[in-house]
Amino acid sequence: MSDPRDRQSDAPPLLEVVGLKMQYAVSKAGFGKPQVLRAVDGVSFTLTRGETLSIVGESGCGKSSVARLIMRLEEPTAGRILIHGRRIDHLSARALRPMRRQVQIVFQDPFSSLNPRMKVRDILAEPVRNFRLAAGASAVRRRVADLLAQVRLPASAGERFPHEFSGGQRQRIGIARALAAEPEAIVCDEAVSALDLSVKAQIVNLLQDLQRDLGLALLFISHDLAIVEHITHRVAVMYLGQSVEMADRRTIFGGPRHPYTAALLSAVPIPDPFVKRKRILLSGDVPSPINPPAGCRFHTRCPFVFDRCRTEIPALRQLREGHVAACHLNDLPDQPLARAAEILGEAGRPIEVQS
Amino acid sequence: MEAPAGGARELAPVSTATAPALPDIFRVRIASGGVLGFVRRHPAIATGVVLLAIVVLAAILAPLLWTVDPTALAPARRARPPSAVNWFGTDMLGRDIYSRVVYGARVSLIVGFSVAILSVLFGLAIGLVAGFVRPLESLIMRVMDGMMSIPPILLAITLMALTRGSVGNVILSITIAEIPRVSRLVRSVVLAIRERPYVEAAITSGTSVPMTIWRHILPNTLGPLTVQATHICASAMIIEAALSFIGAGTPPTTPSWGNIMAEGRALWQVKPFIILFPALFLSATVLAVNLVGDGLRDWLDPRAAKRV
Repeated sequence: MSDPRDRQSDAPPLLEVVGLKMQYAVSKAGFGKPQVLRAVDGVSFTLTRGETLSIVGESGCGKSSVARLIMRLEEPTAGRILIHGRRIDHLSARALRPMRRQVQIVFQDPFSSLNPRMKVRDILAEPVRNFRLAAGASAVRRRVADLLAQVRLPASAGERFPHEFSGGQRQRIGIARALAAEPEAIVCDEAVSALDLSVKAQIVNLLQDLQRDLGLALLFISHDLAIVEHITHRVAVMYLGQSVEMADRRTIFGGPRHPYTAALLSAVPIPDPFVKRKRILLSGDVPSPINPPAGCRFHTRCPFVFDRCRTEIPALRQLREGHVAACHLNDLPDQPLARAAEILGEAGRPIEVQS
Repeated sequence: MEAPAGGARELAPVSTATAPALPDIFRVRIASGGVLGFVRRHPAIATGVVLLAIVVLAAILAPLLWTVDPTALAPARRARPPSAVNWFGTDMLGRDIYSRVVYGARVSLIVGFSVAILSVLFGLAIGLVAGFVRPLESLIMRVMDGMMSIPPILLAITLMALTRGSVGNVILSITIAEIPRVSRLVRSVVLAIRERPYVEAAITSGTSVPMTIWRHILPNTLGPLTVQATHICASAMIIEAALSFIGAGTPPTTPSWGNIMAEGRALWQVKPFIILFPALFLSATVLAVNLVGDGLRDWLDPRAAKRV
């Protein structure tokens, strides 16, 4: 499989995030000194043209915060966000507005993401007018009709209000609104999580078709690994505000090198009652991001924990080209790693074995 | 054996005869539309609107409603009980109470509606700024909290003590007393709406802040604001009457329900009609406004709307 990044290795990537952090102060019932909640704690990745990068993790791991930071709906505490090599993290709201065209977002909830008092055609015309992508009322009308056709909604949908549509249709409208700005990348923040299975598949296929036709890059934020495996080129796994492993789809789903990734994969249901699989069951809850564990943040729940994990923070280390992971197991010369890899291999999708 | 055959013959006409019965179901639905249907579904709004319409018409058409000059003195006919000549009796200076009550409706309605409109306009502006401009929020809201710690009627009395009694000053002082409540409401609604994904989507699709407020936030605050406006209207009418009653509101030369009652205060045990009629009108008007407000609240509430 050809890596879409090879084509333009010299030009700065479409979207680059470096050491992104978001912290805020929380105080306990008004008394005591305020504590710092680290929602996002040093996340870096790049997104190139036409590529799909998925960010996966449990709820509360900060993946949606990353999406909101990229859209500048939240202010980053530290780190850089670059679009085509140009920093947008420190731009004022006014200077940012024209830059917003290049990255658009589709939200999770198809019901609250559309203004109930606006007709669909006005919702879709808003970005077109804001970014001056069509001149004159008739050009705007044509563009709105094109957008509805692109997301496979009838042209008559423009005259209706959001409440007249089903969840899947509303999500199509949300996608059409994102497309209206003619972006190069779309952030899908759990964009299909609220939909029924069959509708989910339709929306995922629509996104893939749009990606192919328009050369869109997708930042696909999801906790649904089955969908991620279907749609993505690369995967970044997040745990407690940090990215713990990142690699292409085949590597992540075939041979994860972080126990948390393996645990996530082992939790994906297989729609075949005869396939038996050893599951890595994680005990306990995700620790609080206010007071994360010392050393490796995953050590409280890791089935392969050893002494070093409790004291030393594992660095995100490159294992081979395009595969990084932050786990001390990968440093061990002797064979606890082999034991781990054996179990990790079992945890991976058995589809690899069958085919 | 003939009976079943005869029954079978009769069956056909019976079945055609029952078919037209179906539209009866639809007729009920048709009756539930239109004005009658609205009255049936929202009896509170309908009652309030009818009552309020009567008072408003009376105020506008006061000179045509068999009234006399409400300020004309008649020392010879003081404190007369209701009769064919003076329908509601006369007060201590011999003035016709019916005429005074009908003309007094003008003051109450003008004060009620003006205060509602003005306080909503100012409260909306202050609330939008407080909800959107973070650095100013705490300053504005602390000032509003401070104003709210004084009961509106006391604040209105204090403000009236600083100025001359006139309808304009009454409106101004009650408006100032009511603004904090409106701005608090607007701010809370704005804070709730600005977190909605469709507002965030507007921001990410390049809509400027003023346009976002105008297009996405303002239309969604109108429901709760309309309801609040009716409650302010009712409360302003009561405060106006109270101010006039204690002599701090409408000047005695202009009849208002408050100062008619004030004149009847000394005699209320022997001549209760002087105080009774303006009190009845005030109660009915405030009730009407509140019925409309409560009805609107239920009507505009999305949860209630789903039920209908």
